[in-house]
Amino acid sequence: MTEKPPGDLHDEGSQWYDGEAGPLVRPYAMTGGRTQPGPTGVPFDLIALVTLDPAAPGMDGDSALGPEHRTLIELCRTETQSVAELAADADLPVGVVRVLLGDLLELGCVTVSRPVPPAHLPDERILREVIEGLRAL
Amino acid sequence: MASEHVEAADDISALALKILVAGGFGVGKTTLVGSVSEIRPLRTEELLSEAGQLVDDTDGVDRKVTTTVAMDFGRITIRSGLALYLFGTPGQDRFWFIWDELSQGALGAVVLADTRRLEDCFPAVDYFEHRRIPFVVAVNCFPGARPYGAQDVSRALDLDQGTPVVLCDARDRDSGKEVLIRLVEYAGRMHTARLLDSVS
Repeated sequence: MTEKPPGDLHDEGSQWYDGEAGPLVRPYAMTGGRTQPGPTGVPFDLIALVTLDPAAPGMDGDSALGPEHRTLIELCRTETQSVAELAADADLPVGVVRVLLGDLLELGCVTVSRPVPPAHLPDERILREVIEGLRAL
Repeated sequence: MASEHVEAADDISALALKILVAGGFGVGKTTLVGSVSEIRPLRTEELLSEAGQLVDDTDGVDRKVTTTVAMDFGRITIRSGLALYLFGTPGQDRFWFIWDELSQGALGAVVLADTRRLEDCFPAVDYFEHRRIPFVVAVNCFPGARPYGAQDVSRALDLDQGTPVVLCDARDRDSGKEVLIRLVEYAGRMHTARLLDSVS
């Protein structure tokens, strides 16, 4: 081991990393270095709901989409997902998911709901529904 | 236009509501989320970049380009198109800026307290009081902890009058449900009171 100079680490399939080493791809490499969503620039809330647009253009062979984009699309295919769920299920940091969702929104693949504005709590009817729903759990 | 897509989603009127679960380290936030959630608590990671470096002076992490803060969350589906999301907030004070994002549009918060170290929940109480976010204090009754009444806790925390204090067992689903019901009721009352204030 120690006889080898550091430069030889890649020789003979020598594994200098393992499962404990963490990600070898910098997270924002998946977004081409972007840390903010594209021109639309809407910061998606953690509970913003992402729905696959049924009228979305065919995504097969679209070179604008990376594997992580496709993962998100697949996760949305079965049901509407929140941004937080997408991040957890795709095992990607929320910041990265936001950028990727910005791409998908611009391409017209998904729709994203707006969060409830702070001053506008849902009306009483909804709150009563929530309380009754919780009681019934 | 992208904005049209955003509006299109409103047509299906799917609504997600957010409740925060705050409190000191190890007080049972994730336990509470887990006991009421219909899904195993999921974990999201938020990357800390410049914002984090300003407040993060921990030695030895400066070689990392980014570091992460984890948040556990759960979900309760009330009906199709109406879901409640519960977020356990990061316990460490240095992650306040994450709270600002989390509390945007939140219905309210549960501040979990342990009477053996009540001071751990002071920052959370201050935070929600200053931002006028409706919250309830849920005292997680750990076995072996001396039992206190809700009144005692309310006085010790110097809570505003009307802020509910609930004794609970974070491991118990029914107990957790009760805490959430009290919070939603209280959030509704606060909201109505503010509406009345604004028209008078």
